[in-house]
Amino acid sequence: MSRAAILANVRSGLKVEARHESERRASVEARLAQGAHHLVPARGKVGAEERVALFKSFLAAQGTDVIDVAADAEIPAAIAAYLGDRNLPLRVRVGGDPFLASLSWTGELARDTGVARPNDTAGLSRALAGVAETGTLVLASGADNPTTLALLPETHLVVVRRETIVGSYEDAVALISAELGSEALPHALNLVSGASRTGDIGGRIVVGAHGPRRLAVILI
Amino acid sequence: MTTQSQRPRVGLFVTCLIDILRPSVGFAAVRLLEAAGCDVEVPAAQTCCGQPAYNSGDRDTARALALQTIAAFDGFDYVVAPSGSCAAMLKVHYPRLLADDAEAAARAVSFAERVHELVSFLVDVRKLTALPGTFSGRVAYHDGCSGLRELGIKRQPRELLGRLPGTELVEMAETERCCGFGGLFCVKYPDISNAMVSRKTANIMAAEPELLLAGDLGCLINIAGKLAREGSRVGCRHVAEVLAGETAEPPIAQTSAP
Amino acid sequence: MSPVSPFTTRSATALANERLQRALADVPGGFVAGRARAKAALPEFEALRRTGRDIKDHALAHLDLYLEEFERNATAAGSIVHWASTAAEACDIVLGICRETGARLVTKSKSMVSEEIGLNAKLEAGGLEVVETDLGEYVIQLRGETPSHLIAPVIHLSTADIAEDFLRHHDHLPPDRDTSSPAVLIAEARGILRPKFLAADVGITGANLLVAKTGSAIVVTNEGNADLTLTLPRVHIVVTSIEKVVPTLDDAWALLRLLARSATGQEITAYTTLVTGPRRDGDPDGPEECHVVLVDNGRSELLGSGMREVLRCIRCGACMNHCPVYCSVGGHAYGSIYAGPIGAVLSPALVGVQEAGELAQVSTFCGRCEQVCPVEIPLVGLMRQWREVAFGEPGDGRSKLLLRVWAFLAQRPRLYHAAARMGTAALRAFARGRGTVSRHPLAEAWTRYRDLPTPQGETFQARWARRQREPTP
Repeated sequence: MSRAAILANVRSGLKVEARHESERRASVEARLAQGAHHLVPARGKVGAEERVALFKSFLAAQGTDVIDVAADAEIPAAIAAYLGDRNLPLRVRVGGDPFLASLSWTGELARDTGVARPNDTAGLSRALAGVAETGTLVLASGADNPTTLALLPETHLVVVRRETIVGSYEDAVALISAELGSEALPHALNLVSGASRTGDIGGRIVVGAHGPRRLAVILI
Repeated sequence: MTTQSQRPRVGLFVTCLIDILRPSVGFAAVRLLEAAGCDVEVPAAQTCCGQPAYNSGDRDTARALALQTIAAFDGFDYVVAPSGSCAAMLKVHYPRLLADDAEAAARAVSFAERVHELVSFLVDVRKLTALPGTFSGRVAYHDGCSGLRELGIKRQPRELLGRLPGTELVEMAETERCCGFGGLFCVKYPDISNAMVSRKTANIMAAEPELLLAGDLGCLINIAGKLAREGSRVGCRHVAEVLAGETAEPPIAQTSAP
Repeated sequence: MSPVSPFTTRSATALANERLQRALADVPGGFVAGRARAKAALPEFEALRRTGRDIKDHALAHLDLYLEEFERNATAAGSIVHWASTAAEACDIVLGICRETGARLVTKSKSMVSEEIGLNAKLEAGGLEVVETDLGEYVIQLRGETPSHLIAPVIHLSTADIAEDFLRHHDHLPPDRDTSSPAVLIAEARGILRPKFLAADVGITGANLLVAKTGSAIVVTNEGNADLTLTLPRVHIVVTSIEKVVPTLDDAWALLRLLARSATGQEITAYTTLVTGPRRDGDPDGPEECHVVLVDNGRSELLGSGMREVLRCIRCGACMNHCPVYCSVGGHAYGSIYAGPIGAVLSPALVGVQEAGELAQVSTFCGRCEQVCPVEIPLVGLMRQWREVAFGEPGDGRSKLLLRVWAFLAQRPRLYHAAARMGTAALRAFARGRGTVSRHPLAEAWTRYRDLPTPQGETFQARWARRQREPTP
C-alpha cells in the first residue's frame, strides 16, 4: 500500500528506467558486500601504546576518570578506593559477564548481579572495545552487561582491556564481530564517550543530565 | 621594456554602482591596470552583470544580460572588474546560466576564463609589486562575501596593502562576516540588514582605523552609510583608491571640507 | 505598498526581544568556535565532507533499493517496519501501535520528523500522556512552543526564562527552592523525568541514520535520554524519514565523524547507539518490540525535483549557526520546523511555496552555510531555485514592475547609460553638494537606518567617453 506507493514514487523521482535496473542492483549489491573503505582518520593508526595514550587523553578531555590497574585481581579494590574517595556507597551492580564474575569479590566492595534497579548507585560493565580516535567505549547489550547498568545508576564504571583499545570505529566492529562470534549485531551497541551531559540551558555544559553523572574507566 | 604588442588588452567591467556613485574607483582601477602593464578599454555596450535579476529569480533576464556582456567583451585578453560580486557573477555564474545551450556554454566558459576581480588580477596574474599609491595610515579591510567565498580573495588585498609603506593594516573582528548588503536584501529586509551592518560597524569602530577598505562598492555604501548615520569619522574607500593613490575625492558618504 | 510579510513581522519581534538577542549573541557563536576547533583537530575534515557528500548521493540515487534492504535486515533482526506516505498516516501508525500495546505513557527523545508530522498532538488527542525527555524539548513542551534550532531547541531562552517555566509548572516542589543555575535546573528536570522514563509503556525516538546492511537505527544524544527512552519501555518506536538510510556501517562512521563536529564541535556525542531490533532471547533488558516507521512526507518528490541535494542533510545545524540572518532573528522568525538555510530550502518543499517560499528570500547569499555544510549541500543555489519558482508566481507587483523596467533598460546599453546619467544628475541635485543624504522619498527602506551616499558627479561612462574624445596630454 504505502510501501508500494513510496517505492514507486522514489523510483519515478529518480527516473529509474528498466534497462538500468540490473546495473543499479549490481552497484548496490557490491556496496553492501564489500563495504566502502572510506577515509579513516590517521590519528588512530598508531602503535598499541600510543593508542592507549590517545584513548586516555580523550577520556580526560571528556571528564571521564581513568583508573589504571596492573592486575585483574586488583580491580575490586581499585573500584572500592574510587568510590570511597568520593564518599559513594561501596556497592556495584553488575551483569553476568564471565570475566567480571571471575574476579575476587571478597573485599569491602559489595556486589549485586542483574539489570540495574532505580536505586542502584553504581553500575559496572565491561566494554568490548575502546576506540582511541575519540575515547569511545563500545558496550553491547545482553545478559553479560545489561544496558541499564550504563544508564540508570549515577556512577558508571567500565572495565576495558588495553589490548581491546583499537584505533577506529571500523576496527572496533571487526573486533566485536570476532568476540560476539558472528556478524549479527546485538540489540544495542552503545558507543559511550563521556558521562551524560547537556548544554541546552544557557549554553553551559552540565554533566549528569538523565544518564550517569560520573563515568570511570578501569584500564587493565 | 614592454612594447605595445606585449601589453595585454584588458576590458574594464565598470559595475553599475561605480558607474553611478563613484567613478573615481573606476579611474583608480584603470590607473592600477596601466601600472600593471595593461592597455585598458571600457566597452560601451556593458550595463549590468545581471545579479539583481539572477538573485531575484529572473533567470531569463540574467541569461540575456550574460549573453550581452559576453558579446560586449569579445576579443579582450582579460576582463577585469573592481568588484568581487560582479566578477563572481561573470566568472562562476555565467557558465551555469548558459549551461543548457552548448554553443553559448562554450562561449561562457572561454569568457569566464578571462574574467578576474581587480586585486586578485594584479597580484596573481600581473604579479604587480610597485604601486602608484602612497597612502599612509591605519586601515581595516572588510572581506566581501562573493569575492571571499566564490573567488578565494583574501590574501591578495592584504598583500598589496602591505606594500604601501606607512600603511598599517589592523584586522578587525569578524572581517568575513556579511555586512548585510546582499543586493536587494538590504531594502527588502531593512531591519535585519540593519542588525547585520550594525554589528559590522561596531567591529570597525572597535578596531579604530582611519579608513575601512573593501573590494565591493555595494558593501562599502552600506557600511559607509551606517557609519555616517552613527556619526563615525571612519572613512570608507574602495581598496583600489588607496592602492592607486586616487584619494583626492572624499571618502564615501562624506562631503569634502569647504 | 505591499503588505508586511509574516516573516518581517516575526523578525521585527525577534529583533526587539532583548533576551533573545542576548541568547543569539552567545550560543551559536559557541557552536561556531567549537566547529572551528574540531576541524583544526582533524586534518581529514575537509576530505570527509566530500566523502559524506558522495555517500549520501549514492544512497539517494539508489534509495528504493537501500530501503528494501533495510526493511529486509531490520525485519530479520526482529523489528516491524511500517511505511507512511503522509504525516497523517505516520501518526495513525504510531497511535495504532500505542493502542495495541495498551499504552498510557509515552516518552520521547528528540525527533524533528515527529515535530514535522505533529505527532505529539495526535497522541495526546488519542488519550496518551506524552513526555519529551530531551531537556530542551521538555522545556518547549512546557511552554507549548516549537524548537527554534535543529539541535539546541531552547537556544532562544535564557536560564532565567527556563527557571520561570519550572517554577510555574513544577508546582509540587517548594516555590522558594534554588532555580538559579543550569546545574540545579537540570537536576530538577532529572528528578521529574526519571519516573517517566521508568514508567513509560512506549518509547519513541528518531534516528540520525538508518543502516541498510544491518537493519539498524543510529541515535545520538549527549544526555542519554534516547537510550533511556528506547531501553526501558516494552515497546520502542523509531519515527524516521526515508532519506536517512545509508548502505553500510562504514558509511555511518564517516557521517558520524562529521555530525557532532559540525554541530557543536564535539569529537562525538556522549551517546551514539546502534539499535538493531528488540531485545534478544535471554537479554534481561531492552524493549520486547521494536517498530520502525519510515516516513515519506514529501521526500520522494524532492528526489525528482532538481533539489535532490537537500536530502543529503544530516541535521547538524551548522548552517544556521553560521548564518548571519539566523543569528539576528533566531529560529522562530522562520515560522517553520526547519529554520536557517536548511529551512529556507527544505520547508518550501515540505509545506509549499505559498507558506514557506519567503524563507528563501531572506538571505544575502553570503555563502557561509555552504562552506560549513558537512555534506556540501549547495544551499545558495537551491535558495535561488526557490526564488526562480517564486518569480514565476504572481505576487509583489510593485517590485516585479521595477525589476521589469530595470531589465528593459539593462538590455539596451544606450538607453541604460542615458537613464544612468539622468538618475545620477537627479540624485546629485537632490543632495545639493552633500556626500550623503539622510532622507529620500524613494529610498525609505535604505535611509531608515543608514545615510545614502550620493554620486560624485557624472557617470564613469560619461567621463570615460569624454576622456577618450579629448587628446591625452
